[in-house]
Amino acid sequence: METSSSNRETILRSIRANLPNVEVAHPGIRAFPRPAEGLKALFEQRLKEAGGAAHDVGSVAEAESRLSLLHPDAKVICSVVPEIAGTRPVEKLRDPHELADVDVGVVRAQFGVAESGAVWLTQEDLFVDALGFLSQHLVVLLDPKQIVPDMHAAYRRVRLNETAFGCFMMGPSATADVEATLVHGAQGARTLNLFFFVGQPRAVR
Amino acid sequence: MSKAKQVDPAAAAELFIIQDQIHEPMHDRFLWATMQRRNAEAAAIPEWEELREIASKIKEHTLTHLDHYLEEFEANATKRGAHVHWALDASDHNQIVYSILQDHGVKELIKSKSMLQEECQMAPFLQQRGIKVIESDLGERIQQLDGQPPSHIVFPCIHKTRKDVAQLFARTIGTDPNNEDPHFLTEEMRNNARPRFLAAGAGMTGGNFAIAETGTFMVCTNEGNADIGAAVPPLHIASIGIEKMIPRVEDMGVFLRLLARSAEGAPLTQYSSHFTGPRKGGELHIVLVDNGRSRRLGMPDFWHSLKCIRCGACMNTCPVYRRSGGLAYGATYSGPIGVILDPTFDEFKYSELPFHSSLCGSCSEACPVKIDISDQILKWRRVMAGKGYLPLAKKLSFAVAGHVFAHPEEYHVVEKAAGPAMSYAPHFLLFNRTLNPWVRDRELPQPAKKSFREWYLANRSKHGNVQQ
Repeated sequence: METSSSNRETILRSIRANLPNVEVAHPGIRAFPRPAEGLKALFEQRLKEAGGAAHDVGSVAEAESRLSLLHPDAKVICSVVPEIAGTRPVEKLRDPHELADVDVGVVRAQFGVAESGAVWLTQEDLFVDALGFLSQHLVVLLDPKQIVPDMHAAYRRVRLNETAFGCFMMGPSATADVEATLVHGAQGARTLNLFFFVGQPRAVR
Repeated sequence: MSKAKQVDPAAAAELFIIQDQIHEPMHDRFLWATMQRRNAEAAAIPEWEELREIASKIKEHTLTHLDHYLEEFEANATKRGAHVHWALDASDHNQIVYSILQDHGVKELIKSKSMLQEECQMAPFLQQRGIKVIESDLGERIQQLDGQPPSHIVFPCIHKTRKDVAQLFARTIGTDPNNEDPHFLTEEMRNNARPRFLAAGAGMTGGNFAIAETGTFMVCTNEGNADIGAAVPPLHIASIGIEKMIPRVEDMGVFLRLLARSAEGAPLTQYSSHFTGPRKGGELHIVLVDNGRSRRLGMPDFWHSLKCIRCGACMNTCPVYRRSGGLAYGATYSGPIGVILDPTFDEFKYSELPFHSSLCGSCSEACPVKIDISDQILKWRRVMAGKGYLPLAKKLSFAVAGHVFAHPEEYHVVEKAAGPAMSYAPHFLLFNRTLNPWVRDRELPQPAKKSFREWYLANRSKHGNVQQ
């Protein structure tokens, strides 16, 4: 827009002319004490309340059989994790529209947050952002050692300057817009199953 | 002074209440249940009150250094490859968005809920210019299909029953009018929206927060609709009010812990998404919008309203809002926060809103960023009275009350007379809705046998000084 630079000056000038005549310092955020134990149990409980489900998975074979048990009719499985093959290789994906028919997306989260049951997924973890949202169902792998207690710890861990997209995802898509009735699968994933499975997130590899 | 007609929230609220015995009680019940979930979540966090205080101070700090943080945000977002635009007002915003869409030859766009785009009346502007605009948030889409604005900033169609939605969908997208199951209705909309996400040339979002330190903005949804809109079409445009700035990434921990708990009694929304520059293969435009905000910053009594994070807790807790429905406010923002924001856009049009409140103060207590909402409502009443915007009925009764309260001897006479008068006055006179609008939906209290003053003089006067 050719008008932008003058708009910019007008707005900044107006702000400076109107700044409240008080000095308010940034208050800082103190460390809130948290128990180091029991994070996994709290995470699982919160995930369940958010409409998701957690499963302990000990091996690749167990992960694969759990996946086919959960989604026996899935035709298109798009996996970003090396542990699970899937039916469509992601490496060749270029356009998000190619994901329109994905039944199950399989991704690995970098870490989870105990106080909410949310997981942190970035553009690198999803390979194509849309995989996290167009997939009818999601399976999310998480190393059970990678759980932080709360959002303060979570924000100390994210690297927003290193990724164009990052999402705290708490269970599947939901709405309560019709008569405050909770329904899952409004626009994004209908279900979210989390596999506790030791391993490295894609962004780190 | 504006030429717009004054909004009459009391009359509109009455229509909402008397339409049937279903809508208003349901609305009241749902929002109160939401408030109780909020209270339970807040009570479970020992540092809740401290978080509110920190959030309030971070916002005040940011707003008192807003020029600095906006420049920092712009520099970092630009460095990451986003295009940053500045809009003076609503029409400027709409024009900027339209030019971006034209440059990319976009004919259809999918948007997620944005109160700012609502404030700018963007959708009708673009539609008049031949661009198809589809809302993707379920509640917002319902309101769009019904030709109504959102009635609540978090639950746009909370005033509608499932029957209303079933009939609306039958009329507009051809579903079975007799199937009122919310699961069915949500599924129908999912299937209706999917092709639109895939066909859209652009996705639009708002922004809940903008982080100066990294040039990131973030969007909270439960449906994931903003994420599909940002991840699928090649072009993403975000409209962000200049007051949404936050200094550092670390500050977000405080705000996200407060936001969804206050809004809906959940620890987070299902999706809390962070956009820092364009995604791989995409293009990102950010429109920073003033539209009266910088002017509001200069209003000593009202600049704190810029701290608002749009959670809607003040609406859910408000006894007047819960019974009125949001559409009664006749404005983009309804409920207590609307009462203090809307007059900054048009004082005359919204001059009645500050009187649509019981001043109970619950809103100020619920606000996660400690905006003094109820105090501001009172201050707006003074502004309206000072400008002569009071309706005649209020002017007359306030004049009488002002005189009586200024003359204690007359107050005692009136006080003594009122009780017996109530006892003897025929019910039809006291409950005459034309003479006394207050009783339209209320019972009057039983008059006391004695006034408090009489009781005090008889029982307590020897313990203290009471002027006779």
